[in-house]
Amino acid sequence: MTSDCLVRARGLRKEYGRNEGLVRAVDGVDLDIGRGERVAVMGPSGCGKSTLLHLLGGLDRASDGELWLGGRQMGELSERALAGMRRKDVGFVFQAFNLMEELTAQENVELPALLAGCSPRAARRRARDLLEQVGLGDRAGHQPSALSGGQRQRVAIARALANEPLLILADEPTGNLDSAATREVLRIFAGLHAAGHTLVIVTHDERIGATADRLISMRDGVFVDETWLTGGTRGRLSTLIGLEDSAHE
Amino acid sequence: MQQEVVLAMLAKEPAHPYQLRARLDGALGPLSDGLNAGHIYVTLNRLEKAGLVALEEPGTGATRSERKLYGLTAAGQERVSQWLSELSWPKPDLAEFHLKLIAAAAAGLADPVGMVAAQRRELLRRLREAQEAALVEPEDSDASLLLEGIALRLQADLRWLEACQKIWAARRAPHHGSER
Repeated sequence: MTSDCLVRARGLRKEYGRNEGLVRAVDGVDLDIGRGERVAVMGPSGCGKSTLLHLLGGLDRASDGELWLGGRQMGELSERALAGMRRKDVGFVFQAFNLMEELTAQENVELPALLAGCSPRAARRRARDLLEQVGLGDRAGHQPSALSGGQRQRVAIARALANEPLLILADEPTGNLDSAATREVLRIFAGLHAAGHTLVIVTHDERIGATADRLISMRDGVFVDETWLTGGTRGRLSTLIGLEDSAHE
Repeated sequence: MQQEVVLAMLAKEPAHPYQLRARLDGALGPLSDGLNAGHIYVTLNRLEKAGLVALEEPGTGATRSERKLYGLTAAGQERVSQWLSELSWPKPDLAEFHLKLIAAAAAGLADPVGMVAAQRRELLRRLREAQEAALVEPEDSDASLLLEGIALRLQADLRWLEACQKIWAARRAPHHGSER
């Protein structure tokens, strides 16, 4: 594996049930993700994209195939080591935010660092910086119920960054947000990308998927298309509107 | 560019060509990059010949660039009001691509599923451009509203291509047309 390859999957499978009830949620997937890449996985509900994300993040173990994250093969890790990797190397952002309601924003962001053995003082400082980074420095003492959906998701993003993960995984991160909050989250992701983070976003929304550098389309557990959205200038934005074509009439 | 666009930009007050350009830039933001100042001059000339705009007297001490101040004539005012009240709307031009797929399949010249996939990639790249531009645009700018519309249309087109993909892939499947 080359050093700039962060994720590598070969023949990755995840099956549920058996006999007639057998579901091949992920049905033999090969995937390489380089450090600093921003990848979107798109497809209709039930295509296996969320299952794939769970496999990549170690939330679930594959039925078959091989999966490396940062050079370590996840299938060979003990439960304990896998839990450690999940906590330290992966940051999750979910559609439903999954914040602890009884904790403040600050405490939510501190928690992963504390669980990873960080000193309370360092965790506090880190959480404050991260909340600042997502524009919520002045909301640190609020509980999630006192925050808007967009603000909650920003807290969740700050929490995902708490342990400086190798990989950030987002499952429909804007699914519960209005368009202004969606833009805010996409802007934060763009900033994370610019700062060199590796991002995998699962979505059914073309507009979210189109913000990635590479878009993978999934159907029935397999990749059916892979499109690079960057590379080469695509021409002027004005060709998206109809004003210039008729100017020469 | 439609002549009416230039005409309507003069409705508020008379303007010099460079001011018109600035007004269009403000309304279109990053989408105005293809507009050429020459187009504006050509359009103004045409509108002047049609009696819809007229040159106004420049004030004393006007510099050279301020010499040409255009304003609407009464007929121009009339035309702008009419244009604003028209219920015209750009037609989605899907029939051409649709017929391409049908012709390709009928003649066996190209694979409709592959054509749909290629078109989808192209639209995704355009959508990316629109989204990138939208993310750096201030929330309440005129251009951000236009970019929102462009992104929504591209999204609708992509969803239609999704439907095309499903149908043409099913038609291509070996058992198409038989029960077993």
